[in-house]
Amino acid sequence: MEIEARANPMDKYLRADRIPHIWCSGCGLGIVLNAFLHAIEELNIDLDKLAVVSGIGCTGRIAGYINTDSYHTTHGRAIPFATGLKLANPEMKVVVISGDGDLFAIGGNHFIHAARRNIDITVIGVNNYNYGMTGGQLGPTTPLGARTTTSPYGNIEHPFNLCHVAHAAGAVYVARWTVLHAIRLKNSIKEALNKRGFSFIEVIAACPTTYGRRNKMPDALDEMRFYREHSVIKHGIDPSQANIEIGKEIVVGKFVDIEKPTFNEAVEELKKKVKKK
Amino acid sequence: MKKEIRFWNGSIAVSEGAIVAGCRFFAGYPITPASDIAEYMALRLPQEDGIFIQMEDEIASIAALLGASWGGAKVMTSTSGPGFSLMQENVGLAAVTETPLVIAEVQRAGPSTGMPTLVGQGDVMQSRWGSHGDYETIVISPSSPQESFDLVIRAFNLAELYRVPVIFLMDECIAHMSERVVIPPKEEIEVVERIKPNVSPEKYMPFQPVNDIAPMATAGMGYRVHVTGLTHNEKGYPMTTSPEVQEWMVRHICDKIRKNEHKIRDIEEYRMEDAEIAIVAFGIVGRSAKAAVKMARRHRIKAGLIRLKTIWPFPESYFESMADSIKKFIVAEINYGQIKLEVERAVHGKASVELLPKFGGAVHQPMEIYQKIKEVKNGN
Ligand SMILES: Cc1ncc(C[n+]2csc(CCOP(=O)(O)OP(=O)(O)O)c2C)c(N)n1
Ligand code: SF4
Ligand SMILES: [Mg+2]
Repeated sequence: MEIEARANPMDKYLRADRIPHIWCSGCGLGIVLNAFLHAIEELNIDLDKLAVVSGIGCTGRIAGYINTDSYHTTHGRAIPFATGLKLANPEMKVVVISGDGDLFAIGGNHFIHAARRNIDITVIGVNNYNYGMTGGQLGPTTPLGARTTTSPYGNIEHPFNLCHVAHAAGAVYVARWTVLHAIRLKNSIKEALNKRGFSFIEVIAACPTTYGRRNKMPDALDEMRFYREHSVIKHGIDPSQANIEIGKEIVVGKFVDIEKPTFNEAVEELKKKVKKK
Repeated sequence: MKKEIRFWNGSIAVSEGAIVAGCRFFAGYPITPASDIAEYMALRLPQEDGIFIQMEDEIASIAALLGASWGGAKVMTSTSGPGFSLMQENVGLAAVTETPLVIAEVQRAGPSTGMPTLVGQGDVMQSRWGSHGDYETIVISPSSPQESFDLVIRAFNLAELYRVPVIFLMDECIAHMSERVVIPPKEEIEVVERIKPNVSPEKYMPFQPVNDIAPMATAGMGYRVHVTGLTHNEKGYPMTTSPEVQEWMVRHICDKIRKNEHKIRDIEEYRMEDAEIAIVAFGIVGRSAKAAVKMARRHRIKAGLIRLKTIWPFPESYFESMADSIKKFIVAEINYGQIKLEVERAVHGKASVELLPKFGGAVHQPMEIYQKIKEVKNGN
C-alpha cells in the first residue's frame, strides 16, 4: 500500500530543515509555537515583515524554528535587541518569545523599561517555573516551596507574579494562559499582535523533564490535568490578585487592555517638530 | 559645496562625523567622560530623521545597536571603561553574527570606577580581548577633534565593509578639547554602504563569504535570515556539536580581519626617515610625543614618532620590518604597559622596547618623554 506523503499545512511557517526540534516529549513549548503560528496564519501576517527575537533557554530556541527573520540573541537581551530592531525598522512586526528566567531574572531590567517606554512589541513569556535548559534550577517564578536543582529543600524565595510586574511597569496588554488553553492562547496572541504598544502574554507551560518530575508531576499529562482542574478564567481582574502558589488555583485571562502612545509614535512626532529644513 | 570650518571638541566632532557617515541610530547610557556624545546625539539625531534612545544600561544599549543594525541602520553608542566592560558579551555576539556597529569608547582612568573625570588609556586590551572566545575587532584611536571627525567616518566604513564591531577608542582629553575642524565638501567624503545580497532568497547563504565578506540581508528584505550567537554554519543554522563548523566559523571571523590588516592599518610617521629611536604612542599621548621628538631633534638626537591611528588589528609586520633599522622603541601610554607588549612581541627580539607608563589621571609631558629618549640614547 502506498501512503501519500502530505505536507503539514503549517510547514510554510517553519524551517522544516531544522526539524526535529530539540524539545523533550511532553514539553509545553510545542503548543506555544503552534498557537503562535496559527495566530499569524489567521491574521494573515506577511512573514517577510515579521521578526521573532529570542533570548537563551529552551524557549529561546523558538526563534530558530520559525521561517521569518529570526534572532537568537544573548541571555536576557532579546527585549533591547527587539527595541533597536523595531525603532530602526518600524514596518516590522516584532515579537519576543523567551523564558521566565531569560525575561525576568537576567533580563528583568529590560522588561520593565521596555514596558515603561511602551515599545511597540509583543512579548510572549513562557513560564515553566524553572530554568529548563540548564537542568532545572530555580528561577524568578519558581513557586514557594517548589523543589528544583538549586532549591533541593524547597524554594525559600518569593516568586514574581509576571502579569502584575507587566501591569505595574506599564504594559498596555497583559494576559495569562496555560498551554491547556491552546485556542484562547492563540486568540490572545492575535489580540496582542494587533495591539499598538507593549503587549505581554504569560504562558504557563509544562516542563516535565526538569520541573515536573521534582514536583510530583512527572508526566506531562499530570501538569495538563492540574491546569484543567485548577485554572479559572477571570478576565479584567487586577493582576495583583493573581499570584501563583503551589497547589492553588491558577487565575488566567486577559487582565489589561488599554491605550497609550507608543515610543515609536513619540519619536516620529519629535522628529517632525525638530527636523532641519 | 565648499569646505567648512568649525571649532569643535572631540565629542561633537565624533558625533557629526558619525552623522556624515550615515549613523541614524544611537542607544547609550550616560557615563563620564562619554556623556557629551550621547547628549549631542540626542540633540542632533532627531533633526536628521534618526533615532536616539537612552537605554537602561550599557548591556541594553549594545543589544539595541545589534537589533537596529539588523533592522538596517548604521548604529553607534558611546561609553567609557565601566560601561564597555558591561557590553562585552554582546561585542562577542556582534563578532559572531558579523553585525556592523561602532562603539565610541572615551577612556578614563581605571581600573573599576577609577578616576571618572580624568584621562586614561587602559582599555586597549579590553577593546581587543574583552569578550570570550576567539574573535577580532577593529580599533581606531584619534589624536584630535579633526581626527575624531575624519576617523569615525572610517570607523563606520570599516564596520560596514568587514561586518565587524569597530571600537573608536578615544580618551578624555581628545573628547573634551576644542580645536579647529575642517569639514571637507560632501562629495569628497567616502561613505561605504553595506553589501546586500543580489541572489534570490532560495539561493542566499547569510554567512557564506563572497570575497571575504558575506552580503547582509537585514530584517524585512524577504530573506528570512536566522541569526544566532551559537556556532553556526553558512546558512546561519546552529551547529553546536561540530568542531569542523566551529573551526570554519572562527577562522572566518578572525581571518577576514587578519588577512586585511595591511589595508586597515593607519599609522602616522613623524621624523622617522633617519630615526634611531622611535616613540610609539596613540591618542592624546601622540601629541606630547611629537613635541618630545621636536625637542630631541633640536638636540641632534635622531628620534621619531610612530603614532597608531589603528591599534587593532595590530600592525605586526610593520613593526617587524621597522625593527630592521630601529633598535630602540619607547612606548608611551597612559597605562601600565599594554601596547608595549604588542610592540615587544612584533619586533621578535630584534630591538629593545621600553615602556614609559603613566598611571592614569595625567598625560605625559613632552619633557618626560624627551628625558626618556635621552636616557635610552645614553644607555647605548
Ligand atoms: C550570560 C549567561 N548566563 C547563563 C547562561 C546559562 N543559561 C542558559 S539558558 C538559562 C536559563 C533559561 O531559563 P528560562 O529563560 O526560564 O528558559 P527555559 O529553558 O526554562 O525555557 C541559563 C541560566 C547563559 N547562556 N548566559
Ligand atoms: S527541559 Fe523542560 S522546557 Fe526544556 S525542552 Fe525539556 S520539557 Fe521543555
Ligand atoms: Mg523557564
